[in-house]
Amino acid sequence: MQIERLVAMANQIGDFFGAEPDRGEAAKAAASHLRRFWDPRMRTQIVAHHQANGAGLNDVARAAVELLARNEV
Amino acid sequence: MYAKDYHDRGTPESASRTYVTVEIDGVKVEVPEGTSIMRAASIGGCDVPKLCATDSLKSFGSCRLCLVEVEGRRGYPASCTTPVAEGMKVRTTSDKLTQLRKGVLELYVTDHPLDCVSCPANGHCELQNMAEQHGITGTRYGLDGRNHQHAPIDASNPYFQFDQSECIVCSRCVRACDEVQGTFALTIQGRGFGSKVVASMDEGFLASECVSCGQCVEACPTAALTEKAVVEHGTADAAVTTTCAYCGVGCSFKAETKNGQVLRMAPNRDGHANHGHACVKGRFAFGYATHPDRVLTPMVREKITDPWREVSWEEAIAHTAKRFREIQARYGRDAIGGITSSRCTNEDVFLVQKLVRAAFGTNNVDTCARVCHSPTGYGLKQTLGESAGTQAFDSIMKSDVIMVIGANPTEGHPVFASRLKQRVRQGAKLIVVDPREIPLVRTPHVEADVHLQLRPGTNVAVVNALAHVIVTEGLAREAYVAERCEADAYAKWKAFIAQERNSPEAVESITGVPAERIREAARLYASAPNGAIYYGLGVTEHSQGTTMVMGIANLAMATGNLGREGVGVNPLRGQNNVQGACDMGSFPHEFSAYRHVSDPVVREMFETMWGVPLQSEPGLRIPNMFDAALDGTFKGLYVQGEDIAQSDPNTHHVFAALSAMECVVVQDLFLNETSKFAHVFLPGSSFLEKDGTFTNAERRISRVRKVMEPRAGFADWEVTVLLSNALGYPMAYTHPSEIMDEIARLTPTFTGVTFEKIDRLGSIQWPCNDKAPEGTPTMHVGEFVRGKGRFLVTEYIPTTERSTTRFPLLLTTGRILSQYNVGAQTRRTPNVTWHHEDVLEMHPADAEARGIRTGDWVGVTSRTGATVLRADVTDRIQPGVVYTTFHFPESGANVVTTENSDWATNCPEYKVTAVQAVLVTEPAAWRMSHDVHHGDEFAVGSRQ
Repeated sequence: MQIERLVAMANQIGDFFGAEPDRGEAAKAAASHLRRFWDPRMRTQIVAHHQANGAGLNDVARAAVELLARNEV
Repeated sequence: MYAKDYHDRGTPESASRTYVTVEIDGVKVEVPEGTSIMRAASIGGCDVPKLCATDSLKSFGSCRLCLVEVEGRRGYPASCTTPVAEGMKVRTTSDKLTQLRKGVLELYVTDHPLDCVSCPANGHCELQNMAEQHGITGTRYGLDGRNHQHAPIDASNPYFQFDQSECIVCSRCVRACDEVQGTFALTIQGRGFGSKVVASMDEGFLASECVSCGQCVEACPTAALTEKAVVEHGTADAAVTTTCAYCGVGCSFKAETKNGQVLRMAPNRDGHANHGHACVKGRFAFGYATHPDRVLTPMVREKITDPWREVSWEEAIAHTAKRFREIQARYGRDAIGGITSSRCTNEDVFLVQKLVRAAFGTNNVDTCARVCHSPTGYGLKQTLGESAGTQAFDSIMKSDVIMVIGANPTEGHPVFASRLKQRVRQGAKLIVVDPREIPLVRTPHVEADVHLQLRPGTNVAVVNALAHVIVTEGLAREAYVAERCEADAYAKWKAFIAQERNSPEAVESITGVPAERIREAARLYASAPNGAIYYGLGVTEHSQGTTMVMGIANLAMATGNLGREGVGVNPLRGQNNVQGACDMGSFPHEFSAYRHVSDPVVREMFETMWGVPLQSEPGLRIPNMFDAALDGTFKGLYVQGEDIAQSDPNTHHVFAALSAMECVVVQDLFLNETSKFAHVFLPGSSFLEKDGTFTNAERRISRVRKVMEPRAGFADWEVTVLLSNALGYPMAYTHPSEIMDEIARLTPTFTGVTFEKIDRLGSIQWPCNDKAPEGTPTMHVGEFVRGKGRFLVTEYIPTTERSTTRFPLLLTTGRILSQYNVGAQTRRTPNVTWHHEDVLEMHPADAEARGIRTGDWVGVTSRTGATVLRADVTDRIQPGVVYTTFHFPESGANVVTTENSDWATNCPEYKVTAVQAVLVTEPAAWRMSHDVHHGDEFAVGSRQ
């Protein structure tokens, strides 16, 4: 899938959960959302993108994908 | 005339809970206080003669046929207008009464054709019945006087006619239009002999304000207002009670048939959702079921550029199974998937998702609710604990303030809109939140108290501002919140919402809504004893659709407006079975009753019942399927009853994705936009051709009953069974009731639901379980489904789809009364009389700046595509915003909509697309190429 599209979707999720002042909680909630609602191939792709350089991901999305990458959600 | 088997008790039921006992013709009858003598007599087993009375309308007292004698009272009061009193003794028959009634009837007959045998209402005419009952075969006054025998018939409406010669001027039609429908299109013009029913200013039904709901026809006691089908074929010889297949109101109808063909759909007065009301779609637009365009033979082709080849069911099913298995062998198990339809029954939907999960072995199943109300499911689940509306439709009759957000019920949910208008006419206050001046803002005898005419895309800013006022002005019901909601979450939300940046003044420049208007609306809603919110796709189809649903739930919790009648959060579902399709486990991440596929306990329950291992990972959603197809990882799709190529956004993207697939299977009534990309076409069955259930927007499970045999040989659920069997996963159902039995065993909210139980109760609102064996009309009573209500912070995040110099206008979309969704059904009925093309509404200021006048062709361009529509210059729409509907494929509304979607659910952002609009002299290039393609498809219909 187009990585730009996945990044945009992940950032939207990050934006919503970014309203939580605790950055750690925000990242966990966003990661949980990705885990529960994204098909594995989409998760694999966003994790790979993050591990390459993560270009375009906002802070919460980046932290969430990091949790996914570490399988901590 | 009402349904043939209906027992009309003459006047409406009294809502009183105090009972009185009266004696009627020597029989003691106990009825609620306020009941008319007429109704009490009927309940007691004695129907008083009547003509102007019918129990869907308030008593009128004009025909003077229902006179009775009351012991101790002088004269002969009309039983329809006289309420019972404790101890009252009534006689409904006596020589004197008979004499009086005969006299009245004779006068009616003097100006009525004595052609009962050839009359279309023969055998189902109240005047005929009364005359026969009283032995009236002629009149003492002769028939030579002035009469209306040769009055012209108004046959302008495509579905019914008005024959003045048959009219007895009882005003039932006028009252039905006023009291039930609320359009006030009819009146009695003139006086005495010249009295005449007219539509609007005597301009004929079609040209008038009449919305063709058919309520006047239903109410008419004679053949004056009659369906043209009845005029042509006579009255029905059989009837089957079933549920409408159009919008989410889910009206109950009696499908009346003659010689096995549907003659008319008579609204069911015992129907729990509609109480005998209907709209132009459900009442009249059923002819598509027998339209010659129906495809009744399966077809296959190797490539989408090949012509279709008609094949047997066996070949089509075997071919499909083979192709799907080949794709899985080559590209992997998850390279195929399926899409369920909100136009199909619960049983159809449940089987398709079972097919995908158990036979395909993947969770790649989604439903068309993805593109409409998926944010409702997510947002309400997170806040309240259940993915559904909270009330019964009847609840609105106890609302004091009604807020309608992003919905246009007059057009999209007309029968509910009529109830809403009834309540507003009774004094309830109305708040409308919509970018357009929808009809509810100002309609006969109804005017919104506040209209928040926001800019598209700013819903969350508005709902936050409303909440800000409630919190900062001390209007929150703190005791309710303390008792019912999570304290920490409330404190966090309250601190957020109270920030000045959420105030009406701070967001005024964003939303375009004057701050004082928002304050007025917030105060009105918060101070209502019962405040109810109804919302539609104007809430969900945004990049922040889910956030807005949460914001609405926050608002209702903060004001204590949940958990009793008259209040609530109520999504108005666009299609008849959106709620059901979602309930049945159509989403890729959850089983029925919204339980996540990763839950091992739930999964094991399904695995045990279905006898196969199931996947624990979420599958692809519809837009993800398209993206994966373009990526080469998704190659096969089974689409039942959904035209994704027309209804999904960014048409070019959808076309490319479908073209990239190797096996697209479409199961539908007609060839459609999606079938242009299909390799297999399996004929579908209409709602008239199968048994099953629909679940409407109020969680009401109603029966769909087979009225005629499936025209292509199989009902939809049978086709799914055939396909599953061919794939090596046998399904052994012999009737949809067995599917419902399985649903009930696997779905906690459907516990104990059976066809037999629905038949017995008429309908059931889920949750149905041991605590509520007959269902739950109002949810969250006492406590929320999730325990404590959960406030969620709803930060306003502007959509990336903004007006720019290049695309200075915002396009938003909606529906029109006479058409339904992609129009596949309604375009094949005389409903095109009212709406034969989609148009672009544009404000006069924007139009003038572009030199555009009503009727001109307008080229509409967005960053994704271009189309052309005819202009309708109107101040219904605000400057800077344009609006269109999406009922006709050639309009290409979705050619210009974008891939932007809701953050949580990927529900497309149909409601905001930045566009430019310019005057053009001919249809745009896209449209011409589309027309060619369209023509090709149906030329392909030169099937081999």
